[in-house]
Amino acid sequence: MAGGRPGLGAAAADDELAFVTLMLGEQLCGVPVLCVRDVLADQTIARIPLAPSEVAGNLNLRGRIVTAIDLRERLRLPRRAPGTPAMSIVTEQGSELYALLVDQVSEVLTLRRSKMEPNPPTLPAIWAENSEGIYRLDQGLMVILSVDRLLQLDLAAVA
Amino acid sequence: MDDLIAEFLTETNESLAEADLALVKLERTPDDAATLSLIFRLVHTIKGTCGFLGLPRLERVAHAAENVLGKLRDRELVATTAVVTPVLAALDRIKLIVAGLGATGTEPQGDDSAVIAALERAADGEPPAAALESVAGAEAEPNEAPPADAPTSDVAVGSQTIRVSVEVLEELMTLVGELVLTRNQLMQISRAEGTNAFTAPLQRLSHITSDLQEGVMKTRMQPIGNAWNKLPRLVRDLAHETSKKIQLDMHGQDTELDRQVLELMRDPLTHMVRNSADHGLETPDVRRAAGKSETGKITLNAYHEGGHILIEIADDGYGLNVVKIREKVLSKGLATEAELAAMSEAEIKNFIFRAGFSTAAAITAISGRGVGMDVVRSNIERIGGTVELSSTLGQGTIFTIKIPLTLAIVSALIVRANGERFAIPQISVLELVRVGRDGAAKGQGMAIERIGTTPVLRLRDQLLPLVTLGELLRLERTDTEPVSATVVVTTVGSGMLGIVVDDVYDTEEIVVKPVAPILRHVTMFSGNTILGDGSVIMILDPNGVARSAGVSTSRNRREENERGFTSTRSDDGTALLVFRAGGEAAPRAVPLSLVARLEDIERSKIERSGGGFVTQYRGKLMPLVAMGEIAPPTDETESTQPVLVFADGERIMGLMVDMIVDVVHDRLNIELGSSRDGILGTAVVAGQAAEVLDTSYWLTQAWRDWFGNAQSAQTRKKRLLIVEDSDFFRQLLVPALAAQGFEVTAAGSAAEALRLRDAGLELDAIISDIEMPDMNGIEFARCVREGGPWASLPMIALSGRASPADEARGREAGFTDYCHKFERETLMESLKQCLNEQVLM
Repeated sequence: MAGGRPGLGAAAADDELAFVTLMLGEQLCGVPVLCVRDVLADQTIARIPLAPSEVAGNLNLRGRIVTAIDLRERLRLPRRAPGTPAMSIVTEQGSELYALLVDQVSEVLTLRRSKMEPNPPTLPAIWAENSEGIYRLDQGLMVILSVDRLLQLDLAAVA
Repeated sequence: MDDLIAEFLTETNESLAEADLALVKLERTPDDAATLSLIFRLVHTIKGTCGFLGLPRLERVAHAAENVLGKLRDRELVATTAVVTPVLAALDRIKLIVAGLGATGTEPQGDDSAVIAALERAADGEPPAAALESVAGAEAEPNEAPPADAPTSDVAVGSQTIRVSVEVLEELMTLVGELVLTRNQLMQISRAEGTNAFTAPLQRLSHITSDLQEGVMKTRMQPIGNAWNKLPRLVRDLAHETSKKIQLDMHGQDTELDRQVLELMRDPLTHMVRNSADHGLETPDVRRAAGKSETGKITLNAYHEGGHILIEIADDGYGLNVVKIREKVLSKGLATEAELAAMSEAEIKNFIFRAGFSTAAAITAISGRGVGMDVVRSNIERIGGTVELSSTLGQGTIFTIKIPLTLAIVSALIVRANGERFAIPQISVLELVRVGRDGAAKGQGMAIERIGTTPVLRLRDQLLPLVTLGELLRLERTDTEPVSATVVVTTVGSGMLGIVVDDVYDTEEIVVKPVAPILRHVTMFSGNTILGDGSVIMILDPNGVARSAGVSTSRNRREENERGFTSTRSDDGTALLVFRAGGEAAPRAVPLSLVARLEDIERSKIERSGGGFVTQYRGKLMPLVAMGEIAPPTDETESTQPVLVFADGERIMGLMVDMIVDVVHDRLNIELGSSRDGILGTAVVAGQAAEVLDTSYWLTQAWRDWFGNAQSAQTRKKRLLIVEDSDFFRQLLVPALAAQGFEVTAAGSAAEALRLRDAGLELDAIISDIEMPDMNGIEFARCVREGGPWASLPMIALSGRASPADEARGREAGFTDYCHKFERETLMESLKQCLNEQVLM
């Protein structure tokens, strides 16, 4: 565990949240570590015809079919250059597995819950919808992503 | 052994073991009410079941034991050793009898009076007879003679069936599914590697996996009778409610299928039987009047056929009344009259499966069925099944349901389209046809043909609608387009659909996994799976594909789509004669109504006269006109010449053709614009592009050459303009008028006619339809009368409506005369009059 905090007692543990940090373009993001089942290196992804653009395709994770969601597409970021490897964070929702494709998965950070700040009102809507809050870190601002909301694709828009 | 007895034995053995333990526990804690009532319930159940099954010996013992237990429960007795011992002895005796029953199928002989007496004494609170133990023991000795192998028999009974929770089975099934996938993967690697040390063990592993898969599937199998067992009662009640006499016959109850499928079939089956009883069968008096027996019969039949289960639900009732269904379809607006006219009876009957076809009340009034038949069909299709119907009016209806044995593992065809692979469940695949792409391989084998942009395939006597998988799934082509393709012919609903793919690989057993919820709206896929090589592919649902492509199960939906790109179309289906002529392979067509007769004329009877051919026909000379080059009539290879005879009044002519192909019923959609003489344009006839004959051209060919010259020398031909939006009528009128010696120009709309006026077309008279889109005949007449070169021309209105009011309206707008569309003679008379008047003016 990176960022262990000596001097904080057991009582303070409740106040601590662990995040897996990841990069999406230039943006540092985090997802709660409890949401993460697996972190995968670049995978073969079988694309699904007619699927919403956010759905990158299917991948085979030890015999289970995992639906891959490209977070760049999901958050309206420019597409990854072809051939650039992507990493994925596997998460489970309602007994279904989803892989969130990101540029890079970095480390696990333990941060104090109370340090999380609300989204600035000027945050673009697509980020505001999917962000739980912001941390100010030395290496920059980290957006905490809500996995649940990321997986709520706007089906009405694609149907 | 009787199924019921076997089940009873399993249950009783379980109960006895449980009761033994509980009794021992009770002895230690006599106040334990829960344990006591458990034992009581167990023994009570055994007693009840014995009575039901007719096992008197067991029943007596169990009854005596139950008495004691009842008193214990009611606190009249205390569970002392003195009380518990005879009960245990009774349980032992029950076990003994049960063992005998298990071995022979009947209760063994024996005397239980000592055991029963001990129980009675215990029930009365009397101390046990000192001899009881020994009595019980002694009694047991002789009784043990028949089931001497009581312990082994006991084991045998116990192991015949065990209860396993459904979850355990489901879990096993999932694991086997995974195993099958891994096996496939290994086999694929092994094949690629060639023979090595792993080959043989892998083969064995493969076989064992297949056996295991089969074995686990068997554990999930249940007889279909389980889904039927409520039907006799349902039918009885329905018979009662509707005052009908109904006999329900069931065959093949033992046919087994996966319990998941069984569960999903339960409701549709119930629904269909209810329908048969409620709407399919007649009341006794109606049946008697129809000469049938008063009792209507519903027959259920289930059997295996090639990895599928077929279930038939037949009744000998009214049968489906096509006329009434047709009315219903029209009143519900599900199809137009013209569409219905083009449909076969089977296609019309299938309307009962259409959503919105019926409501219960309305359907009862017509003939039949349809109460939620659309739901039934979609439920069956959801599990990858199909439902077909055949019905004879007055004799009844048979529904045939075809469903897969299991849903978890299916055999599928792996296909490739634009570099991507897909699985198509084998159940819906009828055949594979290798074809050339868009006529690339013309002349050799089959080729895809196109009507407009719609691809079709002629498959034997049927025209198969096609969808190109790659296009439908909007896949970009990353590889080069192969010259040949494969058409996967699938059944969708009651029709067929050809799915065009680049390549077909193999069939593979695949484990169906549902698609993620976020993809549920893509209805073209029924699931996804992992192939042997570890790649994930989508499983196509042919029904979903058909829906997405807008191909309904009947032909007409496709034609509906075509409406988008054909500018004009006639309203009615027309009988069209399809033939070949001029040595060309492309078919030609002409409305059959314009052809008087089809004749085969002996070549020797064809004579050359002047610049053309004639033959003697019914005592007259008939001019013969050839389309294009024809073989010289002296050719000996064919002794007869097929001729289309056109007749008008006294005049006849024959058109020599190469071959008469067929008469088809289709709508005539002419895409105008042919620059060739004698061809009106190209139309889609029976799904194939055919050139439609300009009959007038060929008629004048004959008459100009043979009769016309003298005529035209005398008077200039009168020039007519026909404004008519219906291709069919235009086509009917043009030759008819041309045959009367007019020079005819046709316009498809009032606007087109006005353009012709502005272009300087000179005319002698105008004939115009009244009902036309955009500008109608009335407006057109006003427009013409307003001024310009045509302002004073005679105008004749043609209309399907010719009431005095309509006529007055027409005359007011400027029409000289008003004729009914179908009265050709009146029109001719009117024209003659108008033109003569004009000459006089």
